[in-house]
Amino acid sequence: MGKKLIDSGEAVGIIAAQSLGEPGTQMTMRTFHYAGVAEQVPTGLPRLIELVDARREPTQSLTDIYLEDEFVKDKKKNEEVAAALEHVSLSDVCAVTENFAKKELRIKVDTKFAQTKGITVRDIINKIKEVLGKSGKIKSKNDQILLHINATYQKLRRITMKVKSIPLKGIKGLSKATVVYNEKTGEYFIRAGGYNLHDLKKAEHVNFSRVYTNNVREIEKHFGIEAGRNALLKEIRQVMDLQGLTVDVRHIMLLADAMCSRGMIEPVGRHGLSGRKSSVLARAAFEETVKHLVNASIEGEEDPLNGVTENIIIGQTVKLGTGKVRLIMRQ
Amino acid sequence: MMTTHKEKSPKEKTKRAVVYLNGLYMGFHDNAEELVREIISKRRSGELTPNLNVSYQAGSGEIHLNTSGGRIRRPYIIVKNGKPLLTKEHIDKLKANELSWNDLIAKGIIEYLDAEEEGTLAHVATTEEELTSEHTHLEIDNSSITGVIVSTFPYPDHNSSPRLTMASSMMKQSLGLYSVNFNYRQDSRAHVQFYPQVPLVQTSSYKALNFDKRPAGQNFVVAVMSYYGYNMSDAVVLNKNSIDRALGRSVFYKTYETEERRYPGGQKDKLMVPTPNIVGYREEELYKNLDEDGIIMPEVSIKPRDVLIGKVSPPRFMEEVATFGITEEKRRENSITAKGGDYGTVDSVMLSESLAGNKLVKVKLRSLKIPEVGDKFASRHGQKGVVGYLCPQEDLPFTKDGIVPDLIINPHAIPSRTTAGHILEMLGGKVASMSGRTVNGTMFSGEKEDDLRAELKKYGFNEAGEEELYDGITGEKLKAKIFIGVIYYQRLHHLVSNKMHVRSRGPVQLLTHQPTEGKAREGGLRFGEMERDCLIGYGASQLIKERLLEESDKMIALVCANCGSLGVHDYVKRRDYCPVCKGTRMEKIEMSYAFKLLLDEIKSLGIFPRLKIGEKGK
Repeated sequence: MGKKLIDSGEAVGIIAAQSLGEPGTQMTMRTFHYAGVAEQVPTGLPRLIELVDARREPTQSLTDIYLEDEFVKDKKKNEEVAAALEHVSLSDVCAVTENFAKKELRIKVDTKFAQTKGITVRDIINKIKEVLGKSGKIKSKNDQILLHINATYQKLRRITMKVKSIPLKGIKGLSKATVVYNEKTGEYFIRAGGYNLHDLKKAEHVNFSRVYTNNVREIEKHFGIEAGRNALLKEIRQVMDLQGLTVDVRHIMLLADAMCSRGMIEPVGRHGLSGRKSSVLARAAFEETVKHLVNASIEGEEDPLNGVTENIIIGQTVKLGTGKVRLIMRQ
Repeated sequence: MMTTHKEKSPKEKTKRAVVYLNGLYMGFHDNAEELVREIISKRRSGELTPNLNVSYQAGSGEIHLNTSGGRIRRPYIIVKNGKPLLTKEHIDKLKANELSWNDLIAKGIIEYLDAEEEGTLAHVATTEEELTSEHTHLEIDNSSITGVIVSTFPYPDHNSSPRLTMASSMMKQSLGLYSVNFNYRQDSRAHVQFYPQVPLVQTSSYKALNFDKRPAGQNFVVAVMSYYGYNMSDAVVLNKNSIDRALGRSVFYKTYETEERRYPGGQKDKLMVPTPNIVGYREEELYKNLDEDGIIMPEVSIKPRDVLIGKVSPPRFMEEVATFGITEEKRRENSITAKGGDYGTVDSVMLSESLAGNKLVKVKLRSLKIPEVGDKFASRHGQKGVVGYLCPQEDLPFTKDGIVPDLIINPHAIPSRTTAGHILEMLGGKVASMSGRTVNGTMFSGEKEDDLRAELKKYGFNEAGEEELYDGITGEKLKAKIFIGVIYYQRLHHLVSNKMHVRSRGPVQLLTHQPTEGKAREGGLRFGEMERDCLIGYGASQLIKERLLEESDKMIALVCANCGSLGVHDYVKRRDYCPVCKGTRMEKIEMSYAFKLLLDEIKSLGIFPRLKIGEKGK
């Protein structure tokens, strides 16, 4: 066991950075697609940048949902739940037109489409009533709903927006839920665009312990920093694997650990790791030199010169590798 | 616009068009096609300038007329009713010099099209056979799809286009006979090759461009094989004896010049042999070849730092008022010296007058450049290489006829770059040297591979161009047959002798005290951020310190033990003190000058940086 430990004073950070950076130069800008989801999830370099930047809103999030054990191999049940989870707002199934002269909203329901989502005209009317309360008169005929509101032009506009965004069913944030078959395990799972772990927790038939999203920040928020680190690790590895690049896991682990070292996922760069280094000189050497120097002078900061950059700046040996050891004269 | 179009009938829509001239709106025309037809016919008849081009896409509603400069235009033969207007009569007249190119344009037989007109209105046939009544133009020759340089390459249709791009940019760097009066010219840099040859495999445009009057290359006997690893990674092995027989030899001319400039205040430079009382006087040794007038004599050998033109200039700044009226002018040495790496002979000295009427001197230096390890050679197929070894002829392989290659390239250079043209040229060159004629390698219409093979067979060679070679060292027959042929190689002007540069100590920059950069300043090679990262990665901390401090801008600074600011040494009182706290407990600290600069800069921000000094090693 002791043999496998890294030597003290080894420059693991630099080595990790080089080991990740070198194959990064070979990464193709080509992106691959996930089956079943119309939107593209970036892979390769753009995705890696996104992860390292620790974006709060990645370009495209995905959530993989497994059902409780008894349903996990049931395709039908999966499809049912998928339909139930997918978020449908009013504007998804209806065409809403305003008529300012008559002060009314004409809502035309695409009944065929609504049917596939298991929504009836009745449901829609009820929802509208729920949201608007008594502020409007509702008339309906077949797939047409007429909403008469006695309000000013501006107010009418606001109501239109409100009506359009009325959630009819599903979990907010989840879109385009499709059932995917996992060949390895023989199980089905639901892959949905977007993320909303908070509401998924309460969703029926969902095995919440197996829910996974590629939104690292969301995982960190709900499961804590350790889970966040693992998700980050998993995502970066996935990017590298997809490109056919082999990088030792420990390098990625170090990166993930460094990004999570303050109890939250922080980006690498000016606003994250590099911007919060303990040494003034190291920070000043990176970016925004004057800002760091001025702030340091205001606080009377002292640099103990423990890092690599600082020592190179002032022209001392680096406390690393061969510079780690010191000779002390015997008295 | 859209709505107006929608209201009109589709027929009308296609006819009406906006007319733009050089991108500027001119007006409407109700029948676009008619207008276009009229413009073109007027251009051909000479009523409109032949420089005008039209473009019109049916239904687009826009006609663009262009006369502006900078468009790329190509000539085409005009076709009417499926018949080219250029007839045999014209060609005969052209041959007899009774007709010129411009006559053809004036007669409306040939016209120039730009990319836009070619793309929208022209329907061009590539050969006469494929002409139909639909066609409007005929390509003059198919090889004209390339530019001037590529048109001189043999078999370019067998190479990949990036290689042609590379080959054409390399041809511009090749050494040859750039000018016949080079002896009277004073080019600042010029190369002239000894015995330039006309290539054995030529194209139809080669002679037309008069390239054969000023060739830039030589025909080499080339073998495709490895040679003890001396031709790995695009290196080439050259035959030392061929080099001694002046293969690839060239001469390099470099001109130094200066003038006797006049300065405000009536002062003037003086060309003379500087005297020891002049500020900045060099060693006497360096002036020894100067003539009385301070200018070097022709045919004198020169080495770097030798003075070529002795010049004395007035002081850069005005002299302080002298105490006793008489000012002995402190004149400054400002001679022109040979730069680093410039070994050679003075070829000629030219005396003249500059535009400003000052005395102007130009000294031309000549140096013989015999190919050596590190010089660059290239064929006309983007196959470049650097000499890796000059091999004595007796060690090189030879054929049963006693042919020894001049150059050996590595077979690995061929397959991944798909330069089949290179191989074909070698084959063609072999045929040419046996038959005594030049081989035609014009794009699309050159001599076919099968014909070359058949001819080679006729001369008793292996038709694939492969021969059995004997090892020059052991005399044994090589196991594999080796492809050997004759191909045109160019020596490129990247010569090591002009680039070689070393430094162990040398000048430093004024501001940072770090070594200078670049060959001209006798500088060092930058040890950059990424290189530094590598040393950190190795944990070689002493080495980093050596590279970045000891070998760079190390200095000893005085630091006040009391307040931590930088101190000074008072030479009068012979003591160190701190100008901030007036303390005298000063420590000598080793640091980089760049760090001292950083401290200065921080101070200029109004921040007081203190250095806390501890025991060494703690």
